[in-house]
Amino acid sequence: MRKYILKRILISIVILFFVGFIIYALMRCLPTSYIENMARQKSMQPNSKSYEEWMTQLTAMYNMDKGIIPGYFSWLGQAFRGEFGDSWFYTVPVLEKFNETVWLSFIMGGIVLIFEIIIAIPLGIVAATKQYSTSDYVISVIALAGISLPTFFFASLLKLVFSVKLGWFDLFGLVGRNYNLLSASGQFWDKAKHLVLPIVTLVVISIGGLMRYTRTNMLEVLNADYIRTARAKGLSERKVIYNHAFRNTLIPLVTIIGGSLPGLFSGALITETLYAIPGIGYTSYQAMVAGDIPFSMFYLVFLSILTLAGNLIADILYAVVDPRVRIS
Amino acid sequence: MDENKNINTPETEEQNYSLNDDRRVKVLSPGALVMKRFWRNRLAVVGMSVLIFMFLFSFAGGIISPYGQNQFFYKDVEISREFAAVTENDEFRYRASDSTDKFGSAVQAQAMLAIQTKKADFTYRDIAYTVSEEGENFYSIYSDGELVGIAYKDIVSSSVEGTKLSFDFIYSALKAYTSDTSKGDSSFSAEGAEYTISDLGYISDASGNEVAYISRYVVQAIMGDVFLSRDFKEKLIETIMAGGTEFSYTDESLIITEDEEPVSEEEDEANILATDDVTEAEAPVSATAEYTIRPNQNHKGWSIRQLQSSRQYDTYSSPNKAHWLGTDRYGMDMLTRLMYGGRVSLLIGFIVVIIETLIGVIMGGISGYFGGWVDNLIMRLVDIFYCIPSMPIIIILGAAMDAQRVDPSVRMVYLMLILGILGWAGIARLVRGQILSLREQEFMTATEASGLSVKSRIFKHLIPNVIPQLIVNCTMSLGGVIITEATLSFLGLGVKFPFASWGNIINDVNNTHVLTTYWFIWIPAGTLLLLTVLAFNLVGDGLRDAFDPRMNR
Repeated sequence: MRKYILKRILISIVILFFVGFIIYALMRCLPTSYIENMARQKSMQPNSKSYEEWMTQLTAMYNMDKGIIPGYFSWLGQAFRGEFGDSWFYTVPVLEKFNETVWLSFIMGGIVLIFEIIIAIPLGIVAATKQYSTSDYVISVIALAGISLPTFFFASLLKLVFSVKLGWFDLFGLVGRNYNLLSASGQFWDKAKHLVLPIVTLVVISIGGLMRYTRTNMLEVLNADYIRTARAKGLSERKVIYNHAFRNTLIPLVTIIGGSLPGLFSGALITETLYAIPGIGYTSYQAMVAGDIPFSMFYLVFLSILTLAGNLIADILYAVVDPRVRIS
Repeated sequence: MDENKNINTPETEEQNYSLNDDRRVKVLSPGALVMKRFWRNRLAVVGMSVLIFMFLFSFAGGIISPYGQNQFFYKDVEISREFAAVTENDEFRYRASDSTDKFGSAVQAQAMLAIQTKKADFTYRDIAYTVSEEGENFYSIYSDGELVGIAYKDIVSSSVEGTKLSFDFIYSALKAYTSDTSKGDSSFSAEGAEYTISDLGYISDASGNEVAYISRYVVQAIMGDVFLSRDFKEKLIETIMAGGTEFSYTDESLIITEDEEPVSEEEDEANILATDDVTEAEAPVSATAEYTIRPNQNHKGWSIRQLQSSRQYDTYSSPNKAHWLGTDRYGMDMLTRLMYGGRVSLLIGFIVVIIETLIGVIMGGISGYFGGWVDNLIMRLVDIFYCIPSMPIIIILGAAMDAQRVDPSVRMVYLMLILGILGWAGIARLVRGQILSLREQEFMTATEASGLSVKSRIFKHLIPNVIPQLIVNCTMSLGGVIITEATLSFLGLGVKFPFASWGNIINDVNNTHVLTTYWFIWIPAGTLLLLTVLAFNLVGDGLRDAFDPRMNR
C-alpha cells in the first residue's frame, strides 16, 4: 500500500512537472501586455528612459528575459522555496493574496458540498429504489436539468427573482453598503446573507452529477446477488435497502466525495465572478484577464495540484474503503 | 426485452420444423433493436424532438427570417427641442454708425436717459450729443453734426441669408418706415439704390426683389447655424398674435441636417458598424415640421419648440409584430439573432466534439491496440491533459486575444481549436479502455484465428464495437461544450460581437438595467440554451440505454 502511494505520488510529480511546463510556456507565449503597458507608462513620464530601455529592464525584473526552458527552471526553483513572486495586478505577494481569498472559497465550497450530499444522495437512492416510477423520472430530469443549466443563466434568474423582484439579497458583492457600521455579529450575518445566492447557484448546478452517480451505483448494487439473497432471507425491504444496499453504495460515494475534497480550495471561478464574491476564483479571474502572469501561473499550478491530489485521494480511499480491492 | 421473449416463444416447439418464412421468428437487426429501444424511451424522444426543433430553428430559421443577422433597425423619434425664441422688442436697441467709434455703451446709456427724459441733448465726457426724434420710436444721435448712432425698436433684418445690412441702409429704412405715419408704402434711397417699403415692412429694391424687412418681433434661432426665413418668422408671429400654440411649417430651406447619434454606451465595433449603416440607410428628412409655441415668462416672449423626428437605433424595443422578441441593444431583431446564435452555438459544439473525437480516437486507438511503451506514453499525456485546468486557460487565452484584437471570425476558429485540444483526453481514455477490454474477448481471438488482416480487424471489428460508447459520449459532451462556449461568450471572451451566440446574447444581462427591465433580451436565449443542452443529455442517456439495455442509466 505504502509502495503504491509512493509510486502514485512520484508519477503525480512528474505529471505536475510537465503540466507546469505547458502552462509556463503558454503564459510566456502570450503577449505580455502588462509589461508593455507599464513600460509605456513609465516612458511617458518626463525625463524618463525610452520605452525600449524600460521594456528590457522590466522584462529582466520579472524574469521574462530568459528562454522558456531556463525561465521555467528558475520559476520552479523559486516555487520550491515558496516564492511565487508579486502579483502584477494586486501588487502584493501572490501567496499573501491567495491566503487572503482562499478561505472564503473554501468555506463556500464546504457549505455547498454539505448541501450537495444532504440533497443528492437521498434523492439518488429514492430514484434507484423506485426505478421507472414517476419520482424516478422527475428526479432524473431534475438532475439532468441541473447539469444542463448554464451557471450564468441560472445566476441571472436568481438575481432577477430574489434580488430585483423580491429585494431579499444584493446583486453583487460579499458585504453590504453599510458593512462597516455593523456590529461583529451583524457583519457575520451580512456576509452570510450575501453568500446565499452563490451557494444556491452552486448547489443546484452541482447536485445533478452526484445524484446520477448515486442512482447508478445504487442500481448496480440492487442488482447484485447478495441483495437477492437478503431478500430471499425474508428481510424487510427497509433493511435490505438501508443495511445492505446503501452501505455498499457508500463505497463509490465516499471515494468520489473524498476525491472532491481538494477541489474545495479551487474556488468557483464562474459563480464567484458572477456574484463578485472575492474568493480565489474571482480574484484569479481578474488577475488572468489582466494578464497577471505570476498570479495566474500560481493559480493554474495550484489547480493542477488539486486535481492530482483529488485523483490520488479517490484511488487510495477506494482501496481503504473496499477491502476487496487489492492494490498491486 | 420483448424481442428476447419473441425469440423463445414456444411456437417453435411445435412439431413443424419447416424453415419457411412464415414460420421464421422475426428478428430485428441490432441497429433496429437500438432504434426500437430508443424510441420507447419517452424522455429521449422528447429530447430528440427538442433537438430537431433547435436545428430547424437555427439553420432553417435564419433563412426564413426576413431580417439579416447584422441588420440594424431604426425608429423615428419625435423629439421636442428648443428651436427658436420670439420676443417682442419693447426696448431700444442701439447701433453705432459704421464710420465712428463715438457711440460706446456709456453713450448709449446716456442717450437712453435723454430719450426717456425727452431731452434733446446731453454731454458725455465733454462731448456734446444731440438726440433727434426721426420717427415713432426711432431716434438718431448726432455729435458735432455727424450721425454717430441710432436708437430704435423696430428691427430691420435681412431677407437674404448671409448678407449683413449696412448702417446706412438700416438708418434710411427705419427713417422711412417710422416717419411714415400712414403706414402705407414708402420709399427711400440708401447707398445709391432705391428701395420701397410695403405697409407690412418689407423692403424691396428697385427690381422688386425683397432684401429686408422690418418687424417689432425678434425671432432668433437657438442653433446658430439655422437661418430662419422671413416667411417662417411672419407665419410664426401671425400664429402668436392669433394666440395659437401650435403650427406647422413646410420649408425647403429648413432642412434638418443633424441625425440623432446612436445610444452612446456602445462598443467600438458597434460604432464602426453603426456609422456604416447610417450612410446606407438614408435618413428621410421631412421639410414639414411641427412647432409648439409657449409663452416664456423669463424673456417676455415665446419659446418655439420644434417637434423634430430623428432616427435612432431601435434599441430594446419590446416584442411587437415586426420583432416578435423585440430588439437588442444594437437595434437588431432578437429572434433573428437567436437563430443565428443557435447556428454558432451548435456549430461550435459539433466542430469541437469532432476535433475532440478525432484526436481522442486516434490517440486512444493507438494506445489501446499497441499497448506497451506507446500506451504508457500516451496515457501519461492523457494524464497531463486531464490535469490542465481548461477553463482558466481558455479565459487567459481569450483575454490575450482581446488584447491582440483578433478578428472575431478568426477568434471563433481559435476557440474551437482550443476547446478541442483541451478536451480529447477523456475520449482517448474511453476508447483505450474499450479497446483493451474488447481485445481480450473471444470474437477478437476468432478474427485472429480466421486470419483476418490487422486492418480489417481494427476497422471492421474493433472500431464498430467502440462506436456506441463513442456516440453516447459525444452526445453528452456536446452539451458540455455548448455550455462552455456560452459561458465564455457570456464573459465576453468567446464569440464576439458581429457574430451572435446564445452566450453573448445573454451577456447583456451584465447591465443591471437589462436584467431588471428587458426580460426578452436574455430569458429566451437562456431557455434555448438550457433546452438544447438538456436535450443533448436526454438523447445521450436514451442512446446509452438503447445500446446497452443492461446498463442502468
